[in-house]
Amino acid sequence: MTETVSPLQSEDAPAFPSDRTCPYQLPDQYSRLRDAEGALRRVTLYDGRPAWVVTTHDAARALLADPRLSSDRTHADFPATSPRLLGARDRRQAFIGLDPPEHGPKRRMLISEFTVKRVKGMRGDIEQIVYGLIDDMLAAGPPADLVGRFALPVPSMVICRLLGVPYEDHEFFQDASRRLVQSSTAAESRAARDDLAAYLDGLITTVQAQPRPGLLSRLVADRLAHGEIDREELVSTSVLLLVAGHETTASMTSLSVITLLEHPDQHAALRADPSLIPGAVEELLRYLAIADIAGGRIAKADIEIDGQVIRAGEGVIVSNSIANRDGSVFGEPDTFDVHRSARHHIAFGYGVHQCLGQNLARLELEIILGALFERIPTLRLAVPVEQLKLRPGTTIQGVNELPVTW
Amino acid sequence: MRVTADRTVCIGAGLCALTAPGVFDQDDDQGLVTVLNPAPEAADQAAVREAAGICPSGAVRFTE
Repeated sequence: MTETVSPLQSEDAPAFPSDRTCPYQLPDQYSRLRDAEGALRRVTLYDGRPAWVVTTHDAARALLADPRLSSDRTHADFPATSPRLLGARDRRQAFIGLDPPEHGPKRRMLISEFTVKRVKGMRGDIEQIVYGLIDDMLAAGPPADLVGRFALPVPSMVICRLLGVPYEDHEFFQDASRRLVQSSTAAESRAARDDLAAYLDGLITTVQAQPRPGLLSRLVADRLAHGEIDREELVSTSVLLLVAGHETTASMTSLSVITLLEHPDQHAALRADPSLIPGAVEELLRYLAIADIAGGRIAKADIEIDGQVIRAGEGVIVSNSIANRDGSVFGEPDTFDVHRSARHHIAFGYGVHQCLGQNLARLELEIILGALFERIPTLRLAVPVEQLKLRPGTTIQGVNELPVTW
Repeated sequence: MRVTADRTVCIGAGLCALTAPGVFDQDDDQGLVTVLNPAPEAADQAAVREAAGICPSGAVRFTE
C-alpha cells in the first residue's frame, strides 16, 4: 500500500480506505469489514482521526436518509479520506455540501435538466460523440489507450455539450478535471479548481452578453439574473457538474470493459441479446461501485443504529462498494451476473444527495457498451489484467491507462 | 393498490419512472414525480413496490 499509515491505526480500527488489487473486486480489507459483525466499523483515516465505516446495505440507506448526518464538507471534522479533500474547505459549497432546507431549492434548479426524458433527448448527441471517437480510434489503428482515446473524452464532451461550454475548450477541461480529482495534495487540487473556476467565470460573463445553448446560459438567464443563485455558487455548481460526470463515467467505462472481457460468458450473453444491456449496466454499477468513498458525512446529533451509537461530531463514511456486496441483499454478491436484478444498489448513493446525473450516466454507459463491442468486436486488453495500474482507494476507482488492441 | 407521490420531498432521481413507467413520470417543468395511474393494474404492482423500495427520498408511497 502506498498511503500513509498512522501509528494510531490498529486491528480494531484499520486504516481506511484501502486500494483494490483487482479492478472489480473489493480489497481484502473491505471483504473483512463486510464479513465482520455489525453495520458500523471503526476505522482510522490518513491523519490518524477515527471515523465510522458503514458496511451493510440496510444501514447505508438508513443513514444516508437520516437528517442528523450532515454533508457539510467545510466542517473541520468532516471525514476527509485524503489530503486532497482539504481543498474543499475554503469554498462556497455547491449543493452537494448543503443540508436541508438549503439543499432542496438549489438541487431543484437542476432536476429538470437531468430527468429520464430530458436525458433520452441527448441520445443522438451521445451516439455522435461515442461513434465519432470509436471511428477515430479505428482509423489510428491498434494498440490504443482506451482511457485517453475514449473513456475520458466521451463524458467530457457530453458534459461540455450539456453545459454549453465551447467544444474547443474540452482539452483544457479534461486536464483540469483530471488534476482536480486525482491530485494527492490540497495545493494541486486547489490549483486545478482555480483554473476551472476562472474559465467558467469568464464564460458566465460571455453568456450574460450573448446567450448560447446549454445549461450554463439557462442558469445565468433564469437564476443568476433573478438572484436565486450568486456568481460564486454558480461557478461551484458548474465545476461540480463537470467533475462529477467526468471521471466517474470514464472509470465506469474502463472498468466495465475490463469486467466484461474477464467474464467472457457474461459478455457473450450481452452480445447475443442487446436487450440485456440496461440490466447489465445496473449490475456493473453495483459490482464496480467506483465512487465508494463519496458518501462522507458528519453527525449533527447522536444516532443509534444497529446497537451502536454514532456521537455528534463523529465522521461517517458509507462505503457503497461494501454495501453493494451485502450478501443478505444480493445473492452471491461477489459474482458478476448480468441477468440479476440489481436496481436497489447504492452505487449512486441514497437520500436527498443521490446522484443528480445518474440517468445521464446510465444512458452514456448503455450507448458506450453497445457501440464499443459492435464496432470493435475483437476488442481485448493489450496487457495482462494483473499489469494494469489501479487507482488508489482514496480516489474514484479506476485506471489511468487501459492498453487495448483489436 | 393506491399509489401516491409526495412532490415536496421528491429529488427528481426518476427511478420510479424507470422502474414503473406506466405508473410514474417526471413533469417537464420541474422534473418531479407525477402519478400517471394511482390505481395500477396487477401487472404493474410489483414494479410499484420496487419503485417505492428504491425511491431515495421516500416520495413514492403505496397502500395495498
